[in-house]
Amino acid sequence: MLIARDICADYNRKAVLREVCFGARPGQITSIVGPSGAGKSTLLKVLTGDHAFAGTVRLDGRDIAAFPLRDLARIRAVLPQSTPLAFPFTVIEVVRLGLVNHPGQDHIARRALAQVGLAGFEGRYYQELSGGEQQRAQLARVLCQVWEPVGADGTPHWLFMDEPVSSLDIAHQLQVMALARQFADRGGGVVMVMHDLNLTAMSADSVALLRAGRLIVQACPEDVYRDDILGEAYGCRLEVGKTPVRGAFVLPQMVTVP
Amino acid sequence: MVTQIAASPLAGDRSRAARRLGYVLVGLLGLTCIAGLAVGAAGTSLWSALADLAVGRELALRDKVVLWDIRVPRVLMGMLVGAALAVSGAVLQGLFRNPLADPGIVGVSAGASLGAVIAIVLGGALPLAAAMGAWIVPVFAFLGAWGATMTLYRIATRAGRTSVATMLLAGIALTALTMALTGLIVYVADDAQLRDFTFWNMGSLAGATWGKLAVAVPLILLPLAASGLLARGLNGLALGEAAAGHMGIPVQRLKGAAILIVAAATGAAVSIGGGIGFVGIVVPHLLRLATGPDHRFLLPNAALLGAAMLLLADLVSRTIIAPAELPIGIITAIIGGPFFLFILLRQRGIVDL
Ligand SMILES: Nc1ncnc2c1ncn2[C@@H]1O[C@H](COP(=O)(O)OP(=O)(O)O)[C@@H](O)[C@H]1O
Ligand SMILES: [Mg+2]
Repeated sequence: MLIARDICADYNRKAVLREVCFGARPGQITSIVGPSGAGKSTLLKVLTGDHAFAGTVRLDGRDIAAFPLRDLARIRAVLPQSTPLAFPFTVIEVVRLGLVNHPGQDHIARRALAQVGLAGFEGRYYQELSGGEQQRAQLARVLCQVWEPVGADGTPHWLFMDEPVSSLDIAHQLQVMALARQFADRGGGVVMVMHDLNLTAMSADSVALLRAGRLIVQACPEDVYRDDILGEAYGCRLEVGKTPVRGAFVLPQMVTVP
Repeated sequence: MVTQIAASPLAGDRSRAARRLGYVLVGLLGLTCIAGLAVGAAGTSLWSALADLAVGRELALRDKVVLWDIRVPRVLMGMLVGAALAVSGAVLQGLFRNPLADPGIVGVSAGASLGAVIAIVLGGALPLAAAMGAWIVPVFAFLGAWGATMTLYRIATRAGRTSVATMLLAGIALTALTMALTGLIVYVADDAQLRDFTFWNMGSLAGATWGKLAVAVPLILLPLAASGLLARGLNGLALGEAAAGHMGIPVQRLKGAAILIVAAATGAAVSIGGGIGFVGIVVPHLLRLATGPDHRFLLPNAALLGAAMLLLADLVSRTIIAPAELPIGIITAIIGGPFFLFILLRQRGIVDL
């Protein structure tokens, strides 16, 4: 379990998160959505221990602030929104950096690359990839780190991702969502910031909706995807529909230019 | 299936090539060593001396002095200084996540010079001077380099990100400031100190003696050996501080250790060799082009190539206008300066950021 209570965080004394409570379970995909600047990335940074905050974050019952770095690296991996590289590493060299818990097991790196659809990219220079390809290469690295969704002793592993699919085309978006789904179905926990409401409705077990640093609601998609709730959070008219099999979807409405 | 994949060499994996390059560099270093021992102004022949030794004949005193007391320490010193400068450059670049960082360019060497000059001129008056003996110059050079590196890091890096432009500009300011302070101190020096300072400042391996070597060996070998422990951490750091932390790398400790290593190696190299620039940028850059930026191989290979390159430069410096000598710093600058500009132009994008 990941439990965050009464999280307040700021940038240069400007409040960015205010009394946010958040939870995520292993075996589930928990998505964080909300308009740009709502504080989604900041919340993820708080959850991964990368941003100072007031409140408590507990991962598997342990206070995140007191979690030794090495132990954390064993059970959770983090995919940032983008990762520029300083030196001319090849793709496989980048992915292999993720083998911190599986040193020398190059076959894992190979398979992770294939899973993100980059088989054959091993020898390419990372810096010469497109933004979406770089993001998928980083995902492969992160997957290497938590290759088993559950540890040998039964502790769940966690995957934190900040907008993992925002720079991808739809086929690769679906591929990445499938990877997240598989990780959760096999017992791991997935927490991700999402931009696309329809992909979120399709994939998430739990959705946390942020607006201006406050949590509006965290619930299953059916309870979050309502015209009034989403419309108010994003500040525009949205029409939420439902399909019998696939659940909610959001239809955008044309607005007039003010 | 899986074992088959594991057995075949991985496309894009340059670790084997890097290891092989290491052996080549050992060979190259061996050759430059022999050349360094064989060539010299005195005209003593290494080969006839070796032949004499082989048949058990006593060497002429003059040949013995030339070989054993001049050329051998000079070659060893050149190797140490070259290795120290190249590894300092590679570690500094890893720390700043930026291929343009060089101890000479960003002011670390200038800081070391200031420390060394303080020791030379004010030496007697300093606390613990008697206890430190011959160590006082390298120790103060280390302190100066350390202060400069810390200052530079504080200025150029905010929230884990280094601005290349800020780093280079801060390096210019830092160099100007430390050089002004150095000038101030030289101004109060007496004649004997001034002579010491001038010889040292010209940057030469000519003054290498066994005595100096005894001080330099631990000062340089220690940080060189320790740099190996940073290799994995620096690889992770290439992804950024946050990502390195997520992979379990203790980033703050890594950075502190990297700064100490750069300061110790640069301080020792500068206190021995004076102003020898650009080795720290040319060597790692060539190696990254050849076999990639993986620090597990980059650091040891940089030590080997740096040592070999400095021996070659030293060879040129003492033969090109023989029997006189050209300061070695001039040769490395003539080769390294345009090289630096070349990298700068190719990477113009990152500087404009
Ligand atoms: N490095 C920063 N310095 C100052 N303010 C920042 C910084 N990063 C984000 N912010 C501010 O914090 C708020 C939340 O940012 P963020 O968490 O990145 O939003 P989101 O990911 O939801 O788009 C925004 O108003 C943004 O302007
Ligand atoms: Mg964001």
